[in-house]
This record gives sequence, C-alpha cells and structure tokens, in this order.
Amino acid sequence: MTDKYQKVAYYPGCALEGTGHGYNRSTKEVGKALGLDLVELDNWNCCGAMEVKNVDPKLQTFLSARNLKIAEDMGFKTVMAPCNGCYHNLKKAEYDLAHDAGSRETVARLSEKSGEQPYEAGKVETIHALEWIKDAVGEEELRKRVRNSLNGLKIANYYGCMYVRPRHIFPEKDRGPGSESTSKPHFMDDILAAAGAENVEFPLKTACCGGAHTLSDSDTSTRLVLNILTTAEACGAEVIATECPTCHSGLEMHQARAEKVFGKKTKVKILYFTQLLGMALGLSARKVGVHENFSESRDLLKAKGLG
Amino acid sequence: MPIHEKHLIRPENLLRKDKLEVEGVDVSGDWSTFIQTRVIADYNESLQDEIAALPGGENIHRCWQCGSCTNACTVNMLNPDFNPRYWIYLIRLGLESELVRDKDIIWQCVSCNKCTYACPRDVVPEAVMHATAHWLELKGYVPEKPSVIFDEAFSGQVFARGKIEEGRLMRKFFARTGQKLAQPWLVAMVKGLVSRMPVGLLMRLGLAGIIHPSTRNWGRKRAAINEYVAEQNARHRRALGLAAQPTESHS
Repeated sequence: MTDKYQKVAYYPGCALEGTGHGYNRSTKEVGKALGLDLVELDNWNCCGAMEVKNVDPKLQTFLSARNLKIAEDMGFKTVMAPCNGCYHNLKKAEYDLAHDAGSRETVARLSEKSGEQPYEAGKVETIHALEWIKDAVGEEELRKRVRNSLNGLKIANYYGCMYVRPRHIFPEKDRGPGSESTSKPHFMDDILAAAGAENVEFPLKTACCGGAHTLSDSDTSTRLVLNILTTAEACGAEVIATECPTCHSGLEMHQARAEKVFGKKTKVKILYFTQLLGMALGLSARKVGVHENFSESRDLLKAKGLG
Repeated sequence: MPIHEKHLIRPENLLRKDKLEVEGVDVSGDWSTFIQTRVIADYNESLQDEIAALPGGENIHRCWQCGSCTNACTVNMLNPDFNPRYWIYLIRLGLESELVRDKDIIWQCVSCNKCTYACPRDVVPEAVMHATAHWLELKGYVPEKPSVIFDEAFSGQVFARGKIEEGRLMRKFFARTGQKLAQPWLVAMVKGLVSRMPVGLLMRLGLAGIIHPSTRNWGRKRAAINEYVAEQNARHRRALGLAAQPTESHS
C-alpha cells in the first residue's frame, strides 16, 4: 500500500470514450468506492495506438510524450492508463526519450513547430490500472472492503501482449517478489482473489488476441481468440477477466464471429477486471457498465448473486 | 514448441521422370530437386541497407540467426510459412526474389512482440516485419494490404484531430476494402448490445459520429505532423532509389 497513488492523473484514451466505455465507467466507480482520486488529463490526444507506429514510430513517441507533458504541467508525478495500448505507448515514449537521441530530436522539433514545450524523460511515471489498485490499496485492504464476494467465481485472467512486452520498456517488472512478472503476470489474479474469485490455472495469460488485425485480418484474429476462449473453458473458467479495451472487444467480437463464421460456439463470459472488482465492492452491474459490453453476461452474474 | 522450418521441397521442384535408368537401375518416378545446381545472378546487394533505411529495420544487421523469433511467433503457430528468421536471412543475403515469394503473408504480423521479447540481439523483429512489408509496397510488389489501409485510416484521424472515433474508422475501413459493414456477426453483436439499452453509451457513440472527438488547438500539430510525414516519405523513397512521387496512387 502506498499513498503516492491516492491521487493520480487519469489518461482514459480513445477506446475508453467509445467501445470500451464499460471499462472507463467501472474504473472510475472502483476508484470512487476505494477513496482514490482520478484527475483526467486536460485536452489529451490519442497515444498512437498500434497504428501510428507503422506509419512512423517517432510520431507515436511525439503523440504519447505530449500526454506525459500535460500530466507534468498539471503537477502530477504519476499518470494512470487503464488501456494496455496507452500504457504501453506512454512507457515506450518514456524509454525512447531516455535512450534514443533521434527520438528526443524528433519530439523536440515537432513540439517546437506546434508551439509546445517537449516532454523530458523522467518527469512522470506511467502506471496501469492494475498497478494503481494493487499498490494504492493492496489485497489486504481489498479483502476488508469486499461487500459481495465473487464467491469462488472461476476466472481466467487474461493480460494480453502490451502489458508485458517487450520487457525493456517495463524496468519495474521482473524485480523479484512483490513485483509484476512479464512471463507470468499475477496482479489481476491477486486483486480478483482478494475479491473472492477462484483463479484457474490459465496458460494463455499473455497470448495474443490478434488485436492489431482485428478487422484487417479477421480470420487470423478469430483463430487466435478461439484458442484463448476454448483454452479458458478447458481450464474450467466461467469468466475471462480483461484489463485492456482492445483485448476485451477483440474477445467479444471474435467470440461472436467464431460462432457465426466458423460455427464454433463458446460460452465463457468476458468482463473487465474493474467490473468484477466493482461488483465485489457492492456496486450494481449497471453501475460498472456491464450492459455496455458487447457480450451478454448478466445471466451468469445473476445466477452467482452478483450485480 | 519445435522450430518450424521452411519446407525446402516445393511443388515446382518436383521432377517426374517416367523412364529413368541410372547405371542399370530403374529409378523412374518423382524426384525432388531442391539441391538443383543453380547460379544466382540477381542478388540485391543493397537489400539489407534498404530495409535498414525504413523505420523499424535499423537493427537488422544484428541478427545472428538463432531462430528465437520464429520459435516465439504467434502467426507462425497458425502458418508455418510465416518465418521471420528466414526472411531476415534472405534480406541479409540479398535474395530479393526468394523474399518476394512470401510477399502476401509478411504483412500479417500481429505485433504481439513475442519475437522482440525473445530476441537476444535486440533486432526488434516485429519492427523489421513492418519495415519489410513497407518495402514490398514501396517497391510495387504488392498493392496496399488491408492492415496498411487500416493504419492509414486510423493515423489519418489522429493526425487530423488528435483523437479517433471508432465508428467512423470502421465505416471508412470497410468501405475502402470493399466489404459490407453489415457483417452477420457484427449485426448480431450490435443487436445484443442495443437490447440491453445502454442509453448513455448509444448516445455517446451516436454523438461522436456527428461531432468528431478532437483535441483542442490541434491545428499547428496537424501541420507539423503532416510536414514530418511528407519529409519521411520522401526520405524512404530516396533510400530505395525510387522516384520522388509514386507513379500510381492507391487511394
């Protein structure tokens, strides 16, 4: 538990204002329920997602660094991003600005031309929603706050690619006990176990859902997602918990597509970890935006006495 | 997981000899000639430099062919022909014609970064795949691939307004790739969503389609970014020895 994350800057990103709104809503509600303050970055822009880097990686650094600069100018030492893509890009901008002169030069030049001060590495720390809850509250305190335990709900925790790879942009990970692991991440497992879930042994925690080509190479994405869904079911999971809007909507979309196009039906439910945590803290399913998900999971939640 | 290697016996290398006798022994039938004597005269000696000049290809010279990238690869699991180690090998040798045989699958890299995570030499194979796909397009070997159309539609919105709006992005992508937006699975999914009456969300998505999300005072940034993109495109074409402007537009 640490006080330094009690009040942090909040960078929702584009997806959380659109299809990932259930994640945005549940993150804010969980923060409120736990007494944590989130202050949204003023006039933020897109981090570049997974697309701008394919046009030019340094442009992505410029776009992401601008958001870090906003956090700095607002007086924050920490910015929290719930989206894996945003989190990854802000981390990567931080790394590139610290280690690559070419990136510093491009960011300085583009900032100057657009009439803004460039961001300099080392001023703002970027954290993920998982690190925020784990470090600001911790399992012990969470266990005390649970009003409506997940009561043994069987969960496969799915972290995806951008939260752990590549290793070098996450210098705080793989630091031994207590730190997050890039090969076997466990922060979501820890948080949901404290909320009463039974985490199943799931070997595909950091497998790829094909999110980068979810529309441009749909068959590849559907095959990758189907592998994740069927493996989770084989591991005994009733729910796959997610912590990224691209993974989440990818799993939902390709679960539907696998059924319609490949004739392969799976019944495992897909929910944001903040939605599960929120319900355990006593919030209603509607309050944490379960009805805003593309997939239907209310039957299971009702049967389990949640929401 | 085993390292899947590229199959050396290709259909076009199979020879059928209906009647073949060697020193009195009948050896008629199918013969693989994968070690056929050949003289390679079409090396592109600057192939590695060309890839290295494109964003993401900078570290290709560091590769020592350990194969960790292919071993870790997500797409290789689905298609054994998707082989980053092999492509890096071909590029470093300058075997352009061999590389071009796989021109229609190289763009399928999903950017999961498992290769970059596994690489002991900091080659950043994920970025090399994108540089190679980019190179294939600049050289005119392939038309714009769907992923590039998506990247450009997405980045175009970011450059223009600072933010994206997913509904408009999807419509634009489906239109440019000639697909119907009303895919049965998409329709089923949206119907399911609407049946749960997420009034706030629907209003939000509908409104975003009319008033596009944008970052305030974006004008100067848009100009700076567009200027930078044009400058970089010109630099890439120069590095590949191409004319300043593409001869035909894909738009």
